[in-house]
Amino acid sequence: MTAQGIGAAVKRREDFRFIKGDGKYTDDINLPNQTYCYFLRSPVAHAAIRNIDISAAQSAPGVVAVFTGADVDASGAGGVPCGWLVTSRDGNPMKEPKHPILAVGKVRHVGDPVVAVIAETLEQARNASELVQMDLDELPAVVNMKSALQGGSSVHEEAADNLCFDWELGDQAATDAALAGAAHVTKLDLVNNRLIPNAMEPRVAIGQYAPGTEDYTLYTTSQNPHVIRLLMGAFVLSIPEHKLRVYAPDVGGGFGSKIYHYAEEALVTWASKHIRRPVKWTSDRSEAFMSDAHGRDHLSHVEMAFDADNRIIALKCETLANMGAYLSTFAPCIPTWLHGTLLAGQYVTPAIYTNVKAVFTNTVPVDAYRGAGRPEATYILERTISKAAQELGVDQAELRRKNFIQPNQFPYQTPVAVVYDTGDYEPALNKAMELADYAAFEQRRAEAKSRGKLRGIGVASYIEACGIAPSSLVGALGARAGLYEAATVRVNPTGSVSVLTGSHSHGQGHETTFAQVVADKLGIDIGNVDIVHGDTDKIPFGMGTYGSRSIAVGGSALVNALDKVIEKGKKIAAHLLEASADDIEFANGAYTVKGTDKSKAFGDIALTAYVPHQYPIETLEPGLEETAFYDPKNFTYPAGTYICEVEIDPQTGSTQIVSFSAADDFGNVINPMIVEGQVHGGVVQGVGQALMENAVYDDNGQLLTGSYMDYTMPRADDVPSFKVATLAGTPCTHNPLGVKGCGEAGAIGAPPAVINAIVDALKEYGIDHIDMPATPEKIWRAINAQPRMAAE
Amino acid sequence: MYNFDYVRPSSVSDAAQALSNNTDASLVAGGHTLIPTLKQRLAQPSALIDISQLAELKGIRSDGGNIVIGAATTHAEVAGSADVKAAIPALAELANGIGDRQVRHRGTIGGSVANNDPSADYPAALLGLGASVVTNRGRYDADSFFTGLFSTALHPGEIITAVHFPIPDKAGYAKFEQRASRYCLVSVFVAQKSGGIFSSGETRVAVSGAGQNGVFRVAEMEQALQGNFSPSGVSGIKVSSANLMNDMHGAADYRAALITAMAERAVGAASA
Amino acid sequence: MPTISLQVNGKTVSGEVQGNTLLTDFLRQNLGLTGTHVGCDTSQCGACVIHVNGDSIKACTMLAAQADNASVTTIEGLSQGDDLHPVQAAFREAHGLQCGFCTPGMIMSAADLLSKNPNPSEAEIRSWLSGNLCRCTGYHNIVKAVQIAAGQMSGQRIAAE
Repeated sequence: MTAQGIGAAVKRREDFRFIKGDGKYTDDINLPNQTYCYFLRSPVAHAAIRNIDISAAQSAPGVVAVFTGADVDASGAGGVPCGWLVTSRDGNPMKEPKHPILAVGKVRHVGDPVVAVIAETLEQARNASELVQMDLDELPAVVNMKSALQGGSSVHEEAADNLCFDWELGDQAATDAALAGAAHVTKLDLVNNRLIPNAMEPRVAIGQYAPGTEDYTLYTTSQNPHVIRLLMGAFVLSIPEHKLRVYAPDVGGGFGSKIYHYAEEALVTWASKHIRRPVKWTSDRSEAFMSDAHGRDHLSHVEMAFDADNRIIALKCETLANMGAYLSTFAPCIPTWLHGTLLAGQYVTPAIYTNVKAVFTNTVPVDAYRGAGRPEATYILERTISKAAQELGVDQAELRRKNFIQPNQFPYQTPVAVVYDTGDYEPALNKAMELADYAAFEQRRAEAKSRGKLRGIGVASYIEACGIAPSSLVGALGARAGLYEAATVRVNPTGSVSVLTGSHSHGQGHETTFAQVVADKLGIDIGNVDIVHGDTDKIPFGMGTYGSRSIAVGGSALVNALDKVIEKGKKIAAHLLEASADDIEFANGAYTVKGTDKSKAFGDIALTAYVPHQYPIETLEPGLEETAFYDPKNFTYPAGTYICEVEIDPQTGSTQIVSFSAADDFGNVINPMIVEGQVHGGVVQGVGQALMENAVYDDNGQLLTGSYMDYTMPRADDVPSFKVATLAGTPCTHNPLGVKGCGEAGAIGAPPAVINAIVDALKEYGIDHIDMPATPEKIWRAINAQPRMAAE
Repeated sequence: MYNFDYVRPSSVSDAAQALSNNTDASLVAGGHTLIPTLKQRLAQPSALIDISQLAELKGIRSDGGNIVIGAATTHAEVAGSADVKAAIPALAELANGIGDRQVRHRGTIGGSVANNDPSADYPAALLGLGASVVTNRGRYDADSFFTGLFSTALHPGEIITAVHFPIPDKAGYAKFEQRASRYCLVSVFVAQKSGGIFSSGETRVAVSGAGQNGVFRVAEMEQALQGNFSPSGVSGIKVSSANLMNDMHGAADYRAALITAMAERAVGAASA
Repeated sequence: MPTISLQVNGKTVSGEVQGNTLLTDFLRQNLGLTGTHVGCDTSQCGACVIHVNGDSIKACTMLAAQADNASVTTIEGLSQGDDLHPVQAAFREAHGLQCGFCTPGMIMSAADLLSKNPNPSEAEIRSWLSGNLCRCTGYHNIVKAVQIAAGQMSGQRIAAE
């Protein structure tokens, strides 16, 4: 490890612009002659559109154009596409109703865009929108998943029973048999609460059309500009990809919500051609609450079977997953292939069966949010195993230890399709227990009790699947795209390096970590490396950043491209050093003839490649630039154990997190400082889900938590500082860096750790479960055994 | 926001004149309730008359057994005032718990009192201390000032100039936050003063955040504390949930339980 | 339209604004100071925090007209040329930022804290920063950054004495 290379806690290079206010986010971009778009959205959850009268708005001051769904339809534009096809257990494809850019015929959720008003100023656009007459015939709203499936009102004609798909995985017969013969079965009904991602930067889209060249540019807040280019160009607007540039500059957080292709992006791009002027849309936060895809929203029934020796023998899980009103880009894959496949967790479980029914409702579409399916799976497992420990009268940590897959069992084929390549789970459990001072917990519980407070401790051992995944496999599972990544290493004549990567950085620090990989491999100073991302006109076709895939997939592509550069450099060096290429070694930035002191610096080779005066020109092209596409061989499987300790005030029900300890195995680590930062952030999102965050709809489909006044975001004074340990771990066996990915672990492992701690604190009241979010009122009610009155 | 005229008067009488000339105008000081409301286009004033910088509305002074706080004094100024901290530390603490620090640098006592949000902090202090609200036209006791949800005894065009807080022997405040907004889910202000400067009795208990009609007093707790000013004096008293707010942030029975809990804590803080 | 004149980052600027022009819009649109961000519409997130007359405030909840004659400092004016303010330097040192969107407001808020309370406890830091939402860092390293900056600044004061 060098001071700048792989494994070093290098300070981030991108920080300078952010701490000085010099970041360039999409809303900071203003184009000459730009117009502003305001979306008039549905105020109701479900209605037939009788008529939309835009005439008054069209003649309002400053208005340039007003568009409805009919205008978009008439132009031949397609709907917003879904990128993943899930097949039901009866062999039928999922129901896939059209998702129009602007509503046609019906509105299907509060916030569904209906009219786009474009004017000289945003204020004029908004003023004009108030002159639009929307004549809506309100229909019964479908809000609750269980009643949605019982018929009545339908969100889409194509799915009269509101069922999108009915999917299964695993061996039902074996699982049922094991449950029937079990010594003990733990049963649990779980709510995985609906969350609103809330990246701090609201979404922005600016469409620009150049009549002279017929080129389009979309500036957008995206985690994956090429995915947007592909989806919008090919499926929505029929724009040839070579005529469409998608540029996502600095992006203020994503957490999944900026993966998807959204209607607003398509509309501003489409409209920019109609009016021949740039069209800018900036979401405000209230709008974000009802138009950014939401996350989670599962209801599950779990049964976990144990033999007489407390070994897990089966797991059965039935889940309802809310899709919302339309299928967002990756929505169908979240509760299925990113969820069911993780239900083995860290445990040897011989039989697993899961059934997932996906349901349309008159709510905002639901898609991946940090963790995406894996938090839900982990919550199911880790809540259930702690409840089982309580029922069996054994320690929750030791019950986990007893059931861990052992190091000598890897590669481990789970009963739910995936093969874990490597892992070793006890060191993380031990480290977390040490950090948490687990052994002395009962003394702390007693001390708290003397102050009238209830202390509890909760353990959660998570596994996740990152670096999604072999294209051939995901294709077989329904993905409508490949999931490789691309990198170009462009060595400049003077020896500096530009890396063009399909991975997108919106907080992850790629400009530092990817440069570390280059510095490490080429032996050059990190200051001579530039990481370019986000602009489809600059970078090779790449799939972007989500699912903790950047270093595992994008980093691997980078390594392969670097290897090609090094190999070509060997040939050039061999020529200059008058040796055979086989005799050239590359290390520490220099090419050396083996066993001699004859050597050429990397910079000399670069210069020679571009000034090929002395060059093997007959056998080798000039220049030094290589591209690699990397398609992973498997997922990676980070794992770890988190331990949360809480103190509850029984009088008010409020919970304070007094300590949180995390021990993770991420395989090899490029930059431990950045990795720990990812864990901190993920943990607080997980704590937010467990304690406070909740998207609440009323029976009419109105979003009651539509702003920060009502949707509780974790703040600095809600959480403590954390104890985080990144273990030496078990390097991934199938990618060149041995890395696994770390972006989502915190959000996956934290919720069950927190809830397990709360239930542990409350066990003296005979409480064996509490739903997320465990608000003070919910805890107070559990302690006082008070059912809640219907709220107004 | 709809557009409006911005008016910066040079005195309270100027401001009153501007208001009377323009019935659709609103006063603005810190703007921390009004501006978010305007952003949502829930109000359309023709003009905003900015009284935040009027010197005659600013400042804190001790005055014959009272702390007098100018209406345009910010929450941060109240929280940091040596006079307030010495005379009524519970009031400084209350001000220091409103919103966040940046909100406290702009929000004013006059704005909070005039708005009478049922979940705001200040109404509990005014009612709990038996304060008086002074306007450009007269003076109101807190008991008659807060008349219901977002409504007060103020007449159209009337401008709050100051709030007079009697200095109690002891006072305490306890707040249970609505976690998203950081407003009060339930808060309780208690105060006691011998010599009967308060209009009714020597002990007052005022609750914010919970009442369907805004801030209210709890007579049963006041009587109990009169004889036994200690947390145990109120721990057995439960307010009926019949007239309490019942929403997703807290059902009425939960709010009722919190009133007892916060009353105990407020008394405990005052005793300490 | 009223014309306003104010000091922004040490320079006198003036411009015509509508009554309803927010200070954030004036800074971002009229002056091109896009380091001040807008992350919400209910005065909660703190991405827009700047200093007005020495106090940190939320510029999204102040009218531009209300800033007439005021002295304003934005994130662009916090450092002296290339010399970072100690809070800025500490945010990088402690990895107190990820996506960077909340960072300007967070730094401006923290700088005001340290100007008023040079040696805050962790609880005081967390309480002060409760008006600034960050979705990336979990606040852990932000708190650490403020502690580092406090140490740096007190060292500088000692050195200057």
